[in-house]
Amino acid sequence: MKLNLSSGKVDMSHGSGGRAMTNLIQALFVKYLDNDILRQGNDGASFDMPIDMGADRMVMATDGHVISPLFFPGGDIGSLAVHGTVNDVAMMGAKPLYLAAGFILEEGFPLTDLESIVASMASAASAAGVAIVTGDTKVVEKGKGDGVFITTTGVGVVAEGVNVSGDRAQAGDVVLISGSMGDHGIAILSKREHLEFDTAIESDSAALNGLVADMIGAAPQIHCLRDPTRGGLATTLNELAAQSGVGMQLNESAIPVKRQVAAACELLGIDPLYVANEGKLIAICAEEDTVNLLGVMRGHPLGRDAAVIGRVLEDRHHLVQMQTRLGGQRLVDWLVGEQLPRIC
Amino acid sequence: MKYVDEFRDQRQARAIAAAIAREAKGERHYRVMEFCGGHTHAIFRYGVQGLMPGNVEFVHGPGCPVCVLPVGRLDEAMQMVERHDVILCTYGDMMRVPGGKRRSLMQVKADGADIRMVYSTQDALKVARENPERQVVFFAIGFETTTPPTAVAMKQAQAEGLRNFSVFCNHVLTPPALGAILNAETPIDVDAFLGPSHVSTVIGSSAYEPFAEKYRKPIVIAGFEPLDVMQSTLMVIRLLNEGRLNLVENEYTRAVTREGNAKAQALVHEVFEPRDSFEWRGLGLIPESALQIRAGFSGFDAERRFPVQAQPVTEAKGCACPEILRGQKKPLDCKLFGTVCTPENPMGSCMVSSEGACAAYWSYGRHCHDQSLRAAR
Repeated sequence: MKLNLSSGKVDMSHGSGGRAMTNLIQALFVKYLDNDILRQGNDGASFDMPIDMGADRMVMATDGHVISPLFFPGGDIGSLAVHGTVNDVAMMGAKPLYLAAGFILEEGFPLTDLESIVASMASAASAAGVAIVTGDTKVVEKGKGDGVFITTTGVGVVAEGVNVSGDRAQAGDVVLISGSMGDHGIAILSKREHLEFDTAIESDSAALNGLVADMIGAAPQIHCLRDPTRGGLATTLNELAAQSGVGMQLNESAIPVKRQVAAACELLGIDPLYVANEGKLIAICAEEDTVNLLGVMRGHPLGRDAAVIGRVLEDRHHLVQMQTRLGGQRLVDWLVGEQLPRIC
Repeated sequence: MKYVDEFRDQRQARAIAAAIAREAKGERHYRVMEFCGGHTHAIFRYGVQGLMPGNVEFVHGPGCPVCVLPVGRLDEAMQMVERHDVILCTYGDMMRVPGGKRRSLMQVKADGADIRMVYSTQDALKVARENPERQVVFFAIGFETTTPPTAVAMKQAQAEGLRNFSVFCNHVLTPPALGAILNAETPIDVDAFLGPSHVSTVIGSSAYEPFAEKYRKPIVIAGFEPLDVMQSTLMVIRLLNEGRLNLVENEYTRAVTREGNAKAQALVHEVFEPRDSFEWRGLGLIPESALQIRAGFSGFDAERRFPVQAQPVTEAKGCACPEILRGQKKPLDCKLFGTVCTPENPMGSCMVSSEGACAAYWSYGRHCHDQSLRAAR
């Protein structure tokens, strides 16, 4: 039976392991994600060790993607599933090579939407220079999923001499970010049911491996890299401070936040430092590498607004503190629960 | 951002801080209560206290609507949704507050109840229109600022003949709370007040004149931006220095008038009337301190439509919230603070909302605690 991509829907047979599932895989996944390894048609991917790349270690990361709405300004769950895992691998200082993708589809999900999602994954993977080499498909009954869930797993290689890790920040280091905070979370929030508001803000969802490659090329001794996704900049910096056993002092005026994002946050009573990003990174490096690194970041399209936002200090309480725009001093704490709009 | 950045400007802040340091007399201490959670939030989020000289101290008031809502009322909202199978629409910051059995609306939702977070009363009306076969209850809380939108929604529901919409009314009134604090058995150790900003846009600055007059503590209506708070503090210091203690002044002139918003007041009066008495978490029963729905709108009164009765709740032992809400203690004086009581696991009302004094201390000011401990050692 031929797959009807224009008006067909996911049904239970697409997850049964039979012909319908093979049809779906061939007509959709292989069609869009085609490459030599995937085409082998095995249950797993087999590839050569990338020893010619001067690689010292390998990195593996996995990330499950559930998002509502599935399509949002600046991306969709497909591109996000690629970017999320590519970035997790890249934040280890690695060059991402291959991805595996697991799909959980809800019965009744329109195939045309699934096609858009897979096409978007294909173009995101191709832009990031990674191949999706193996995957899995399951179907759950209607009401037991939320359209589509995608889990991606990535592997990458780390060049010799690179040692990026969240526990390497030390007193005296400098904290940099690659651009404006809060774009992704506000773009998503603006489309949530009951909270719809008009904004031109798009998600910043992007693969950061190109930026990271440039940064590592210029300063292979970078101490920490991390992408401030859920929990935002504030929570990610607290993670790094706790992991490294240090404190931090930030300067609020130096943290770029787009005007529209700042306005939406004012309206909703939330703090942009706690809003998710999907295409930004935090870098922590020794002071002597700062100028070099900042220059390289600003020279890359995804780091044009890069900025030095603070310093690492000795602090046995591992607190992240900040000089506010007003000139006062405050703590920047972990996110508690999730950010909820305030009454007044 | 226009109309926001101007009120967070560092140069202006330095200038006002310098004026306060110059005019605050070295030989005396100034204790200023900021009434609203919005002020408390601004003071901590922007680090305003650190810009003040050592003898100017902020004392945090009870103006946090989530903090003062008694647990019993939250339990009753949960009963409405669990026993009567209604859709409960609520503002976001009520979602995490633990009820009598330490369950929050978020947990009740996770257990299968239909609870929707809304951003305005209009969103709640929309839910009612879209679900004609279900009963929809709006969990109305807040001071005079949020009351007019609730009144508007009820009038709209009446005009549209929307029979599946009702309101669980918990709106409270600011002046009786101020009166209760000033009239407390233990006299309050505060020299002056920063008065509510958004509330005053509705009720006007004149509402506070009897209190300044009677208790001889000046009140300056203060906006919620950090420069508003600082400028108002300077105004308070001047009033205290000049001995003009029975005055109400208005710093927030861009929004507040002496008379307030007559149209909003009339609207509220048409739909609501004072309750004989209402319990405030931390402050106890205060006569005529809250509103109930008038008989003419009884069809939209969730309390009449869905009978509920909460069990009495005893507050956590050792919790200093009552004293903190009256300005008699600071969060650091409470032995539960930061040990068993944190924003993840709040025991008392001041820790439940981000605008409560304890939550603000914990989230924004813990470093001061550590530094003061270090200094003490």
